[in-house]
Amino acid sequence: MKNKFFLVFIIVIFIVIFFIFYKGLQNSNIYTPDTNVKKNVPIFEAKLFDSSQIIKSKNLFNKNNFYLFNVWASWCIPCKDEHPFLMKLNKNKNIVLIGLNYKDSVLNAKNFLNKYNNPYEIIIQDIDGTIGIEWGAYGVPETFIINKDKIIKRIIGPLNEKSFSEIKEIIE
Amino acid sequence: MFSLIGFYSLIFGLLFSFLIVFFAIKNFRDTNILDNKIISLTFFQLFFVIVSFLGLIVSFINSDFSNETVFNHSHTTKPLFYKISGTWGNHEGSLLLWLLVLTLFIFIFLLRSKDQTKQYRTLTLLFQQIIIIGFFIFIIKTSNPFNHIFPIPREGMGLNPILQDPALAIHPPILYLGYVGSSIIFSSTLAATSLDYISREWAKHIKKWVLVSWIFLTLGILLGSIWAYYELGWGGFWFWDPVENVSLMPWLALTTLFHCILVLEKRLILTSWVIILSISTFALSMCGTFLVRSGILNSVHTFANDPDRGLFILIFLFCLIFLALFIFFFFHKVQNKDANSFFWLSKETSILINNWFMMYFLSVVLIGTVYPIFLEVLSSERISVGPPFYNKLIIPLLTPFLFAMAIGPKLKWIKSNLENKLHLIIFFIISLFLSISITQNLNSGFLINTVLITSAFYLFFITLRDFVINKFKNLSQTIAHFGFSLLILSILLNNIFSTEIITNLKIGETFRSEKFNISFEKIEQQNKQNFRSITGKFNIKNSNGTNVVLNPELRIYNQPNIVTSEADIKSNIFTDKFMTMNLVQNQEYFNIRYQVKPFMIWIWISVMLISFGGIVTFFKKKYEK
Repeated sequence: MKNKFFLVFIIVIFIVIFFIFYKGLQNSNIYTPDTNVKKNVPIFEAKLFDSSQIIKSKNLFNKNNFYLFNVWASWCIPCKDEHPFLMKLNKNKNIVLIGLNYKDSVLNAKNFLNKYNNPYEIIIQDIDGTIGIEWGAYGVPETFIINKDKIIKRIIGPLNEKSFSEIKEIIE
Repeated sequence: MFSLIGFYSLIFGLLFSFLIVFFAIKNFRDTNILDNKIISLTFFQLFFVIVSFLGLIVSFINSDFSNETVFNHSHTTKPLFYKISGTWGNHEGSLLLWLLVLTLFIFIFLLRSKDQTKQYRTLTLLFQQIIIIGFFIFIIKTSNPFNHIFPIPREGMGLNPILQDPALAIHPPILYLGYVGSSIIFSSTLAATSLDYISREWAKHIKKWVLVSWIFLTLGILLGSIWAYYELGWGGFWFWDPVENVSLMPWLALTTLFHCILVLEKRLILTSWVIILSISTFALSMCGTFLVRSGILNSVHTFANDPDRGLFILIFLFCLIFLALFIFFFFHKVQNKDANSFFWLSKETSILINNWFMMYFLSVVLIGTVYPIFLEVLSSERISVGPPFYNKLIIPLLTPFLFAMAIGPKLKWIKSNLENKLHLIIFFIISLFLSISITQNLNSGFLINTVLITSAFYLFFITLRDFVINKFKNLSQTIAHFGFSLLILSILLNNIFSTEIITNLKIGETFRSEKFNISFEKIEQQNKQNFRSITGKFNIKNSNGTNVVLNPELRIYNQPNIVTSEADIKSNIFTDKFMTMNLVQNQEYFNIRYQVKPFMIWIWISVMLISFGGIVTFFKKKYEK
């Protein structure tokens, strides 16, 4: 009697294990860290580029408008590749470009902008990389599209033709 | 061409399985002696699997890219040695190897079990054929190594460079011999249970198979660990990675099983233990294959991810488990109850105590490995279980385990007493003093380290004394237990006294610290057959005036395009000096990791001693009085 109970118990346990493994197989095991899509813009304070003025994040994205938040640095080679796309977007009236100058020296960054032109309306500085952490940035370059204080799109790595046209679709 | 031969051989092998099953059932009923026809059929099956395996090897050597497996895992510029080892360095080929070992072992089993009864041999063969048929169907249906691709590609995809390594080339075959050896134990236990043949004679006979699988499993784990040490460049030898755990779990079960069988051979008790452990060893080996092959786990080991394959193994595994449970519950008769008594101070009691400890370690590892899967399925939360979990749960309980291991073998079977055991106390005092002298300068963990080192030293001295006093009596046990004490001791000392420096250096720079200065002198570049090598030259000046030159290497492989870093390790009997170098993106700096790891080599030596203890048994006519 006791034996039979034991047997049933063990069989039930194994069946449960079977189904858990079975369900586990259906799950994808490719880990993608949570993307910040549809999340609120993080709250932070930052120094404006080449000035001592401190700006708060809520003053940065205060309008009912599209924003492009681009993480860049002068030492970053792929940033040069995406630069022409940023320049094109700069001409578009529907979107405001904000640059986050990431772990860079002001002098190098200035040289970079003088050489290739400045696509940004506002540039903020992130000398120690803490603002990058607030945003959950993977690295440089990285681009966030923001509308109504929400991140609606995120592009990891340099912009290309495909992501450029996707951005255009969103803002028009 | 060779692929075609390989594929048809596989089909023939499967057909032979059905023939064997048919004749075995017929033979089981009708006659009293095992028909020689069955043995020859088994031989033919083995022959066809060998032909199939050779077919795959030849396709790899010829770089025959019309074969999908070869295309995915080989490349013309690869050295011949790695072309061959590439055969089992992938999912399809490694399963073919499984099958090869399965058929090989059952053939050897039939040859070596002539003194056993016909019924037992036939039934073992039948159970083994169930497993073999399962694997045949698995390979042919979901992971055929001989898939044809057209048009024929000009070049292959290449073997993952971190697998291009001598230790890893022989690691899978050795490990598989251990894994698959447990299948024979499984079939044989099921056969013996259903025939009510769990007896001393049976224990004596199956003990050899347990030992063989155990030795191979031990060596297989060792090779994997050595590979991880110098190839992955983390400077450790065990990471509690799920794939490592799935090889450790059968090892724990098998070790426990072996001790139970020793008891069974002497006293005909612990029969349920033996049956359950035989089943779980094999189930854990299969479960390991399932976890690794299905891609359900995330791990440093990059293997094929295919849910279909996982599902097949899963269903197959559970069918086998249910079959085994059915046989255990309905055929196993509990032996005479009064023989089941244990005197508190006897060899079998101490073995039983340590069995429970082993089961505890096993469950910790099992929970740590599968709990993340359960949690993810039930709550879609993702966690990863790391070394702290295992260290906290396992290490403290090693102490009583080691003491039982030291004292247990000194006790007699059935009933023992504690006369004349003065040396046990003396050795304890010596160990305690020794360990305090080692740990006295430690800042943290003084108590736990002292206790652990004491127990490890205790086992160390007691087994050492056995060498001197008992000479060749119980030699294998003494060697294995001595090896184990050495292993724990070296791991502990290694953990406590390791130092590590991680820094970024460019050529010409020097890193200074109290104990040593590291100067980065130059780099050299060379083009090899299938990779470009960058070797750094580092000169390390120790504060005691000695000089060491280390040359860590970066390898940039052409196909697939992957950078691996080869550690440079200078070993001597006291310490290992370990250095790896890594590229820092877009900069002239290199990331340097330098470690001084004492007693590293003793970890390898002690594991070899442990398995050597097992090997010794086969060279002794009479094992244990």
